[in-house]
Amino acid sequence: MLSFIIRRLLIIIPMALLVVTLTWGLIRIAPGNFYSGEKKLPAAVEANIRKKYGLDQPWYTQYGMMMSNIVRGDFGDSLKYQGQSVNEIIKRHLPYSATIGILAYLLALAIGLTAGTIAALKQNSAFDYSSMSLAMLGLSLPNFVLGPLLVLIFAFGLYWFPPARWGGVSSIVLPVITLSAIYAAYIARLTRAGMLEVMRSDYIRTARAKGLDEMTVLLRHALRGGIIPVVSFTGPALAALLAGTVVVEKVFALPGLGDIFIKSVLNRDEPLILGIVAFLSILIMLFNLAVDIAYGFLDPRIRYE
Amino acid sequence: MDINETILSVDGLRTYFHTEDGVVKAVDGISFELKKGETLGIVGESGSGKSVTNLSVMRLIPEPPGKIAGGSVTFDGIDVLALPIDEVRKIRGRRIAMIFQDPMTSLNPFLKVSKQLMEVTELHLGHTKPQARAHALKMLKLVGIPDAEKRLDEYPHEFSGGMRQRVMIAMALSCDPELLIADEPTTALDVTIQAQILELIKDLKARMGTSVILITHDLGVVAGMTDKIIVMYAGKVFEQAPTSQLFSTPANPYTKGLLRSVPDPAHEQGQPLYQIPGLPPDVAHLTDGCPFAERCDWVEEICRREFPPFVEVADGHHSLCHFARRVYEDSKPEIFGDM
Repeated sequence: MLSFIIRRLLIIIPMALLVVTLTWGLIRIAPGNFYSGEKKLPAAVEANIRKKYGLDQPWYTQYGMMMSNIVRGDFGDSLKYQGQSVNEIIKRHLPYSATIGILAYLLALAIGLTAGTIAALKQNSAFDYSSMSLAMLGLSLPNFVLGPLLVLIFAFGLYWFPPARWGGVSSIVLPVITLSAIYAAYIARLTRAGMLEVMRSDYIRTARAKGLDEMTVLLRHALRGGIIPVVSFTGPALAALLAGTVVVEKVFALPGLGDIFIKSVLNRDEPLILGIVAFLSILIMLFNLAVDIAYGFLDPRIRYE
Repeated sequence: MDINETILSVDGLRTYFHTEDGVVKAVDGISFELKKGETLGIVGESGSGKSVTNLSVMRLIPEPPGKIAGGSVTFDGIDVLALPIDEVRKIRGRRIAMIFQDPMTSLNPFLKVSKQLMEVTELHLGHTKPQARAHALKMLKLVGIPDAEKRLDEYPHEFSGGMRQRVMIAMALSCDPELLIADEPTTALDVTIQAQILELIKDLKARMGTSVILITHDLGVVAGMTDKIIVMYAGKVFEQAPTSQLFSTPANPYTKGLLRSVPDPAHEQGQPLYQIPGLPPDVAHLTDGCPFAERCDWVEEICRREFPPFVEVADGHHSLCHFARRVYEDSKPEIFGDM
């Protein structure tokens, strides 16, 4: 188990470097660069900029220098936000995204697991149909519709919550609900499908034949197997949520990581793009590792080698 | 206590499944009686309703789509079908226990064997954890699991198929039930293991005095173990007889077909193995006539038109056939011919 974890942790580093390399290559292939705007720069100015940022060097020298810095954990300074290092920018914006991301996922888990389990137990009941229709709605309603809709009702209509911006507990309610809707819907459907399959299995019949009541059958015998699909989904979902969600951060004007990420791409801010991409890929791999470890606790048949 | 006391009596049981394809009459008017200490074999092809009959006795039919549409199940004087479900749960596992076909899937893969054994006696006998654990260990030893102390804390996937079925049997017998229903307990096992498991059930039955219902599609399995046999086809009892009579003088063409289908290496070397022609009927769309008519050697006009009567050809020997007596008489010379 320990050697499995160490091996998986070690592989994260080369994987992240590979992702960074590919991203770097894509940025370089795309036409244009960070200093070009509507007006063409005088040739002398352009030559100066290129020299300053080492762009006059051959590509392999540039790549080598960048990589040697990145390996030491230094992504350099942002090209757009002068004097600010990429690491500082990520550190500053991460807490906003992480807060609403984690809260949204916890809310989604609470709603999704409960609704999915009840729907599975009462298959084809009114609750099943209505909750699954709601889930379908949650899946198909985009964030940029749901967010403004909630703002319209609860901020401008009822004055319960502020419509946007960061500032205290009340300001995160609407973004968290907006963000969690699609995840709650997905988890509810995963839970329902997982529980339905488990409840039909032979060992549940055995548990019933022992004389156990339905609650014990559900909690002791069915739940572990039933939520495995949800656990698989949690890894990538949580990583994506932590790294920020562009639309919700835009709608509610939150200073999160997603917003910065999009801006960095629009600005062709190469160090910032690479920094966020590296951070995101490491996060996803870490959460996938966490999921794999969780499997081992849920299902004794899984062994790590 | 009267030795001939009836422990289970099933009368006119009908279990239907409501599907998109129509009403599937999985069990349609089954009646039988089981006396204390007796072993009853229920034989039939897949889909003949033998499992559904016994799941109905335990009230384990999934509703919907299933529904017990009629009849009665009386266990030790209790009308099981009329009981509230909480009361049924007190019988399940405590007084009637079940062993299922596939030990690979019938044990919970997520829980230790100890937990799965202990929860039965904790529930029904009010055992504390140490008591339940000691009892679980005793049961594992009883069913012949070597190194039981160590194996108690293992998971089902660490056991072989035969060992898993032993665990299932240990679990079923934990509360010393009055009736054990074994639903194809050996079907998923290797032939050598099959014999061991059957021996074990036979041995434990003798020691604990449990009544047993043994469900199988294998006539070889029931031959040495049962006092009487029910042959089921298309949700109905086709023949019912004491075991020796059923084998010596079958009174139903279907039973005769089944008996001929059993491979007999001594007598039929080089001969192709007999099989009953055709397939079992779709129980959602049965005709008025005999459900076996299309496959029967004895078929006549009346078979397709009228449902056959349930004829008593000898004491305790019934057959569902228009020509039950003729089939019965026809079987008699066979024994002499063979001898």
